[in-house]
Amino acid sequence: MQKRISIFIFLLVHIASINAQEAKMASIKEGSFVPLYGASSKKPTVVKSFFLDVYPVTNEDFLNFIKKNPSYSKSKIKGIFADKSYLAYWKNNFDFGSANPKSPVTSVSWFAAKKYCECQGKRLPTMEEWEYAAMADEKRIDARTKTEFNTYILSWYEKSKTYENTIGSTFKNYWGVYDLHGLVWEWTSDFNSIFLSGESRKDKNNDKNLFCGSASVNATDLMDYAAFMRYAFRGSLKANYSTRNLGFRCASTTKY
Amino acid sequence: MKKITLAILIILSMQSCKDNTQNKNVTKEKPISDLSIYNLPSQWTNQDGKNIELKSLKGNVLVMVMIYTSCKAACPRLVADMRSIESKLKPETKKNIKLILVSIDPETDTPQRLKSFAIENKMNQEPWIFLRSTEENTREFAAVLAVNYKKITPIDFSHSNIISVFNPEGELIYQQEGLGVNNDETVNKINQEAEKIR
Repeated sequence: MQKRISIFIFLLVHIASINAQEAKMASIKEGSFVPLYGASSKKPTVVKSFFLDVYPVTNEDFLNFIKKNPSYSKSKIKGIFADKSYLAYWKNNFDFGSANPKSPVTSVSWFAAKKYCECQGKRLPTMEEWEYAAMADEKRIDARTKTEFNTYILSWYEKSKTYENTIGSTFKNYWGVYDLHGLVWEWTSDFNSIFLSGESRKDKNNDKNLFCGSASVNATDLMDYAAFMRYAFRGSLKANYSTRNLGFRCASTTKY
Repeated sequence: MKKITLAILIILSMQSCKDNTQNKNVTKEKPISDLSIYNLPSQWTNQDGKNIELKSLKGNVLVMVMIYTSCKAACPRLVADMRSIESKLKPETKKNIKLILVSIDPETDTPQRLKSFAIENKMNQEPWIFLRSTEENTREFAAVLAVNYKKITPIDFSHSNIISVFNPEGELIYQQEGLGVNNDETVNKINQEAEKIR
């Protein structure tokens, strides 16, 4: 009997510990926008309502995840899931060293980010969801045409080591989401859906040879230089890459 | 006691997050190498509607390409490229090689659809295999192959034209990029790998 009770308690604690990891999410309402890339004929893309983490995943959060999934620690992760620079700034498997516990975790591969979100019962946001949520400033759903907004983002791109800053230290946007611009770049589930000419991969022949249909994908607004930078960056990534300025946050279709 | 075990099983199965590498079933054989695609847990369905795990292909040389059957532009040429590779495989070792076409459009490419595509293209026999999975698994698989793709209209996709070769361990050993390119090196790599298998 006692055994039974102790197992029961163990299970309760187990469930509680899953819930303790829940990150705050903001509700993003359905809407449409014309993304910089990927729309076939400059027609608006509809983004369905979804939920997005208010903050990027932190070093502390990621450590908790690794403790439960040691196969994703820096010495154990399989080569197919992460390159050599995976968590390079961490001291060892279960210690992020002198890094700020509340700053975004970076140097994580797409596979690790994806797994983390799955373990929270969530997923990575799609590129369209991310861009849709990230075009909002404090007051407007779409601030992309505002000079101050673009200047802010571009000035961040010039700053160094913003990944050391604490989450929540940038502005809260229309949806209640922080840090989409200002700390780190973020993985999206379909980062590998970008087609840019002259991308880093060897495309010896012209693009039409390597990519079918590439001619139909064009920039809708080259003025949107900040977004262009993000797409170009994503286009240069591979799923096992990890770099110091690239983190992530999770999303969910239903309320979690 | 039974009840408790059951409860534990239920709780464990509720967690979407399983630590795959601690899988106890794979201890007998040689462990899967770090860079192997057999580390991917994904479930696939072939053109006969049969469910298969990638792992079941272990021990073969795999030649893989990602296509969608409703494609009018590059895919027929990619399929032709695959066929050209097949025609140059050494007959003695061909049995160790599988040529696999993976759909990037699982919504349209049902097993039935893949089957009729296979029959139309006279590829409904060894060494050809057609595979489809969920959108998420497909995205992950493409990520491993460094194949980019995007749905651009309800029926059309933009995608990289890459043919990938895997050794019997499931490690990527060669990629042929582009359409209608010279495939001598690709064929050499495949034949060399296939000869190593007894």
